[in-house]
Amino acid sequence: MTSHQVGISAHDLRKSYPAGRGAPRVTALDGLSIEVEAGTIFGLLGPNGAGKSTTVKILSTLSRAESGTAEVAGIDVARHPDRVRRVIGFVAQKAVADPMDTGRENLVLAGRLQGMRDASHRAAELLDRFSLTEAADRQVKTYSGGMARKLDVAIGLMNRPQVLFLDEPTTGLDPEARAEMWTELEAMAKVERMTVLLTTHYLEEADRLASRLAIVDHGRVVVAGSPEELKDGLHGDAVIVELTSGEDAAEGLRLLERLPGLDEVLVDGRVLRSRAASGAEALPQVLAALDTARLGGARLAVASATVARPSLDDVYLRHTGHSYSSTGSEGVNA
Amino acid sequence: MTTLTAPVVHTGLLTARQLRAFARNPAYLLINLVQPIIWLLLFGQLFKAVVSIPGFTGGDDYLTFLTPGIVMMMALFGSAWAGTTYIQDMDRGVMDRFLTSPTSRAGLIVATMLYQAVLTVIQTLVVLGVAWLAGARFEGGPAGILVLMLAAVLLTFVFAAFSDAIALLAKQQTALIAISQLISFPLMFLSSAIMDTTLSPAWVGDIARFNPVEWAVAAGRDALTSAPDWASVWGHLGLLAGLTVVMTILATAAFRAYQRSV
Repeated sequence: MTSHQVGISAHDLRKSYPAGRGAPRVTALDGLSIEVEAGTIFGLLGPNGAGKSTTVKILSTLSRAESGTAEVAGIDVARHPDRVRRVIGFVAQKAVADPMDTGRENLVLAGRLQGMRDASHRAAELLDRFSLTEAADRQVKTYSGGMARKLDVAIGLMNRPQVLFLDEPTTGLDPEARAEMWTELEAMAKVERMTVLLTTHYLEEADRLASRLAIVDHGRVVVAGSPEELKDGLHGDAVIVELTSGEDAAEGLRLLERLPGLDEVLVDGRVLRSRAASGAEALPQVLAALDTARLGGARLAVASATVARPSLDDVYLRHTGHSYSSTGSEGVNA
Repeated sequence: MTTLTAPVVHTGLLTARQLRAFARNPAYLLINLVQPIIWLLLFGQLFKAVVSIPGFTGGDDYLTFLTPGIVMMMALFGSAWAGTTYIQDMDRGVMDRFLTSPTSRAGLIVATMLYQAVLTVIQTLVVLGVAWLAGARFEGGPAGILVLMLAAVLLTFVFAAFSDAIALLAKQQTALIAISQLISFPLMFLSSAIMDTTLSPAWVGDIARFNPVEWAVAAGRDALTSAPDWASVWGHLGLLAGLTVVMTILATAAFRAYQRSV
């Protein structure tokens, strides 16, 4: 088997979809480019509609880009889709297992369709790895959400792919099943030597699993790097003040912008966010300024105040101009 | 695996998948059989007197005349549903997973055709048994029954492939049902399935000559008589076989339209 330095490379991908009668086409990808080193887990992070799934569909040969080029394991996806299909595993956002078949039948069928001779052996190995051996000969429709999703990932791994696509592997799972899936995926990354493209709208998931990630917004990559690089790039702590009402939040913004040592002041509803080299030193000044204004008649009562080390949410806010949690992406599927 | 054997192997694997699902839920077969058997017994009684209308060319027992018509009706209505499997696969991620693996597109289509043909054969045997118990007699013997089944299987192939193509283009169960109903009923009544077209207005007979359901009914009914017109039987079977090839190619091409839409 040949090994490639670059696992996945996509350059300037563009794609739009018809939006229905008379409406202009919706742009799904607007010049998206990524480069994924072979053998690493790369995270595509962004809210629904950002273009994550479209990217996965193009790279996995399901869909075609209108323009731009992409290579998976060194093979051009538009020119040789049949060759790409032999070296990838694909776990769609929706369940990829047939609920009428058993777990084992699903795996063996997937292996045989890939032309594997040792499909039964590989299926048993994966069932064991994902602790599904006991449920192996039950129909998938009897599985819990977490079990079914683990089987989906196992199906993607059947043909020992060089590149595995995981489109939102934990969306819809309860927190316990999600934590278990993370453990499984970490263990998988150690055992199987392959490149993984993971899309997620959970910041924590990208932070924990991906060695590098790209934040995607409106069909393009707004920033890419390792989670640490991205967080270090913010220089300093987040100072977050939540007001009891948002009515005079704009006034609060003006006050904070005048304070020395405070950068990147933003208002998001009734939350004032800012950044300071030392959050512990800045917070009393911030509270004092707001309190003075409140005594002067402004509705700037503080409900809570937080100082935090930079998180991916801050990275997201910095590069897209809106807070990640306010995109309403939690738990919803598109 | 070479590229020549892969489609054959994949067809086998995917047909087995559908047969496994069927074996786990065989009640589906009974539900499919209720309607044709009711039609067979009800129409068989209701229109008993049709055979005495002057000019009726279908023999002297209406039940015997009707049976091949009901067999083809069952094959038609059953196969028009064939695309349902792929609607379910598309609603989940199963179809997208197949399409991002080297799974043969033709294999996917032919598998639903073969699976549906297995159901048609079982149902045909049941309907023939019920008809025989009700008093119908088929002078064509085992050879006649085999040809009837071949006609039913070819008709199944045509409409299963058609149903797959509609499923891939419409992607919705409701659309598939609507289109199937819209097509199945007129095709059934614009044939000699339940009525000798020589007794219908001339235009019905004219349309029936281009109706694949009529080709299957005519071939099957003729083969069950004591002295079939084999040239006409094989002519009709040839037309059905040709249409099967065309439909299979169209349905396989529909994957491209589906992939453009995702």
